[in-house]
Amino acid sequence: MNQGRRSAWPYLFLTPAVVLFTLFLAVPIGYTVYLATRRTKVSGLGLGKGARREVFVGFDNFSAALADAELWQGWLRVLGYGAFVLVVMLGLALLFALLLDSARVRLARFSRIAIFLPYAVPGVAATLLWGFLYLPSLSPIRSVLDADLLGPTTVTYSMANVAVWGGTGFNMLVLYTTLRAIPRDLYEAARLDGASELQIALRVKIPILTPAIILTTVFSIIATVQVFTEPTTLRPLTNTISSTWSPLMKVYRDAFVTGDLYSAAATSIVIAAVSLVLSFGFLRVVRNHAFGEG
Amino acid sequence: MAGITAATSHRRRSRGPAGRGSWGIAPTALLLLGAVYCLFPVFWVFIAATKSPGELFSTSTLAFGTGFLDNVEQLFAYRDGVFWLWAGNTLLYAGGGALLSTAVSAISGYALAKYRFPGRNVIFNILIGGILVPAVVLAIPQYLLFSKFGLADTYWAVLLPQILHPYSIYLARIYASAAIPDSLLEAGRIDGAGEGRLMARVAMPLMVPGMVTIFLFQFVAIWNNFLLPFIMLGDDGKFPLTVGLYTLLMAGANQPALYNLILTGAFLSIVPLIALFLTMQRYWRTDLSSGAVK
Repeated sequence: MNQGRRSAWPYLFLTPAVVLFTLFLAVPIGYTVYLATRRTKVSGLGLGKGARREVFVGFDNFSAALADAELWQGWLRVLGYGAFVLVVMLGLALLFALLLDSARVRLARFSRIAIFLPYAVPGVAATLLWGFLYLPSLSPIRSVLDADLLGPTTVTYSMANVAVWGGTGFNMLVLYTTLRAIPRDLYEAARLDGASELQIALRVKIPILTPAIILTTVFSIIATVQVFTEPTTLRPLTNTISSTWSPLMKVYRDAFVTGDLYSAAATSIVIAAVSLVLSFGFLRVVRNHAFGEG
Repeated sequence: MAGITAATSHRRRSRGPAGRGSWGIAPTALLLLGAVYCLFPVFWVFIAATKSPGELFSTSTLAFGTGFLDNVEQLFAYRDGVFWLWAGNTLLYAGGGALLSTAVSAISGYALAKYRFPGRNVIFNILIGGILVPAVVLAIPQYLLFSKFGLADTYWAVLLPQILHPYSIYLARIYASAAIPDSLLEAGRIDGAGEGRLMARVAMPLMVPGMVTIFLFQFVAIWNNFLLPFIMLGDDGKFPLTVGLYTLLMAGANQPALYNLILTGAFLSIVPLIALFLTMQRYWRTDLSSGAVK
């Protein structure tokens, strides 16, 4: 066989992916880093040619982003929102996956499809549906629950509810698929040893699910840190959400409303760094706890 | 099948004092509660979409109205039928984007799974690293780069950045490993088939079920995307439904007379995805390692 001729093929097959990666991932990342280290410098009155120049400013934009009180408030809001979403969404996803997998459940197929259904609803539409459900004039919820669901403190949880509603089904499916792949004999062995369903779930199923739980948690952290669609869509319905409610909303405002691309680039790198640090930090904590390694 | 028989034969035995019998209907009830929570907003928006503007505020929130057809007619007349345009655009972005994305992922996954060549792991790791890059660091520079080439506010600006999807490449690689036997490729080579022909005639047909799954997940992801088209597009004739709905909400949030249009729009925009979702049940899988779809 002509090995030399054949060996060019895999590279040819990978060319589209590599070209797309370069154009739409590598180059934009490089460009963000470039922008984040620059700023427009105005000399004199800023009039005439050459009065505005773009200069290298090193880490100035980053230190400005770290000292920005508005951004810090955004981080705190997203921290509260994110902690709630992660715990409730992944907790429900795990609970539902375990319940679906236990032999005793009736109407399992119906429940599985129903719980996965919100995955097919775009974030904008989901926020819109819930947003209207929160409005006193339209809502069947409000006739039962007497609370301002779009008030300054409640709005965070109302928004978290939208994310939980939209995300539980997908995470449940990931965990459930993993559970179905486990050979059934394993449970039979545990049952013969006298283990109850609950014990099997806690001692056999959850340990096997751990890698899948870690994966879904990391993806959820990355998505939550970048929350944008829900607060942006809910904004027209309430005046409790500012235009800088989440860090990404501030990036959007800096870039497209205020026109300060350099700050926007620096802030977006900070957001990316925070999500990576949180993801890896989480992985580290889990590894130390789950596998007892130092 | 084996799982079902095993479960039945052991049911009697495990009905001890600590057995499964003690759980009763609690698991089923919990799952149904989850199902109701997930279906409720969709059901509510369907009811709301049937109400005329008058009925929306006067009749019970859970009673069907009489204005559905009027609402649909009004929505399609809204600004010379711009809603149709949004729906068509969404289909173009999601359909075209998912098709290209699936093709690129399948061919890359095949190359990575079935060839040994220098740089294979490096290329794979770099491509997969893209999973961890938050969309936020990409959106602004992508917009600036597209504007530089005069491509911002065009269909390309929404279509091109969404073709590369690292997670799909990862799934395609797993699926190719499981679904394409090496012996089949070797037999083809002995028969004198070229590598390009093997890919097109042997490998790709075997990968079709996995490709359907990748297509569906990408289709939904692009259909639901808000941030990218929101940033890239200015001309509302090119908007997808998500951004269109947002502008409709912005225009109508303070005019309760427009609420019925917004709610009907939200309802109509989720119907196609829910239909796709229900008809393609068996392809919604998050684990492709077992090869064929059952």
